Amino acid sequence: MAKVWAIGKRELTGYFSTPIAYVFIIIFLFLSGIFAFYLGDFFGRGQADLVTFFNFHPWLYVFLIPALTMRLWAEERRGGTIELLLTLPVTMMEAVVGKFLATWIFTGIALALTFPMWLTVNYLGEPDNGVIAASYLGSFLMAGAFIAIGSCISALTRNQVIAFVVSLVVCLIFVLSGFPLVLDFFAGWAPEVIVTTISSFSFLTHFDGMSKGVVDLRDIVYFVTLIGFWLYANVILIELKKADL
Amino acid sequence: MMALVEIKHLTKRFHDFTAVNDVSFAVDRGEVLGFLGPNGAGKSTTMKMITGFLAPDSGSVVVGNDDVIDDPVSVKRRIGYLPEGAPLYSDMTPGQLLQFVGDIRRVPKLAERIGEVVETINLESVLAQPIGTLSKGFKRRVGIAQAILHDPEVLVLDEPTDGLDPNQKHEVRTLINAMAQDKAIILSTHILEEVDAVCTRAIIIARGEIVADGSPEDLERRSPKHNAVVLMVRAAPQAEAAQLLSGLRGSRALESREVGGGVTEYTIYPVDGKSILADVGRLVRERGWTVERLEVDRGGLDEVFRAVTSPQN
Repeated sequence: MAKVWAIGKRELTGYFSTPIAYVFIIIFLFLSGIFAFYLGDFFGRGQADLVTFFNFHPWLYVFLIPALTMRLWAEERRGGTIELLLTLPVTMMEAVVGKFLATWIFTGIALALTFPMWLTVNYLGEPDNGVIAASYLGSFLMAGAFIAIGSCISALTRNQVIAFVVSLVVCLIFVLSGFPLVLDFFAGWAPEVIVTTISSFSFLTHFDGMSKGVVDLRDIVYFVTLIGFWLYANVILIELKKADL
Repeated sequence: MMALVEIKHLTKRFHDFTAVNDVSFAVDRGEVLGFLGPNGAGKSTTMKMITGFLAPDSGSVVVGNDDVIDDPVSVKRRIGYLPEGAPLYSDMTPGQLLQFVGDIRRVPKLAERIGEVVETINLESVLAQPIGTLSKGFKRRVGIAQAILHDPEVLVLDEPTDGLDPNQKHEVRTLINAMAQDKAIILSTHILEEVDAVCTRAIIIARGEIVADGSPEDLERRSPKHNAVVLMVRAAPQAEAAQLLSGLRGSRALESREVGGGVTEYTIYPVDGKSILADVGRLVRERGWTVERLEVDRGGLDEVFRAVTSPQN
């Protein structure tokens, strides 16, 4: 565990030693605010809740999280530092988890910095704070799943731009598979089972419940399993690809 | 009794290219093994397998009693490694990097140990500068510092002096010599003087296979020029001199070259590398030639290197 933390700490410090951290946090706060207030019509709805705020999180993550994860492994491979890292006495899993946790903690920090939204809505009315807490938990778990996908794909290439684009597409697929437009398209001709299966793979389906305040164990298991699966794939991919220059 | 590092029948293929083919050797404490070979001969690939970065297709690496395939983490704990080109995190400072490596390697009394290493390697002046802004020489030294931080039993250094100026090269060699007593050191290089300067043993590798293995002196003995006598004489009748010299017992071949000013240089190659200096000297005295220069060639490692690594036929 100490090794995982040493790797995580290095990665986390790395975010803050470059402008990435500040740019990401500012843009995340700015966009999540804009979306909630303008697109979501926060004031016009006259409701004391943060539904409009959390509704846009999946879409924000689709674009912003690949920007965080693209460097995780691609940069190590390009700079050759992967050889330094993987000849230290760490297992592949420790290295993968360390990097994953660093990014997850970083996203957690960005998410925590949206607390003025929570304060605002409490100032303006009497929201159900349980629902908001559940939404934060859901959003954080979902971010973890996006990060696991991005980290795994970053191990595929030495090129950060490719890592970004491919991660974005894969993340988009995981979100879109629960989007009404897509589901309606399948619902027209495909049997009910297929539509449910597709939608059950979507982040939206599992996030929706939590953002309504329902903390269902199945949704938590879904996100945790997904994180585990992508991180395991990450380990295998690095094992396969580390020798390629 | 097993040597500290035992490498047996190591083989690595990349697609249909065999990078390392059935390489076996052993290195023990107190030995400095020089790994020589042309670029692409398989030196780095071998080192990557020893340090557990690449898995061999077949063969084994055992360090201490730990096998790199069964227990890579234990092997990595015993080894300090400077990868080729000394890759480092360019956004970190040397101080942060050493702290990071020390944390992972759980070096006891880390702050103290970092202080020692920084002093040995002369890194004080750049400790707080991002590695990306450092000169090549400093980067290489940071790479060496992280490799020796945990005072490993085995040091694997891939081209430790590449890109350093002569002073820095000398420093690194002095450092290696100082550490050689209680460690097994494997270093790769294509600078042959380095082998003379620091190695107790040299292995020459070409096309993935070991083509020569021995002490630097052993290898020099394999040079066609070993014990060749170079003689420069003034105003000797050339035809006669050439005839007499090549007629010497123990002489295998003769080369002559006019240097100008009436001076001719002869190189007399001995049979089987045996010393023929005495015979040449006697002949010179008998004939009363005016000698400008008389010396014995030890035979350079570079000739041996070229001879054993150039593709046959």
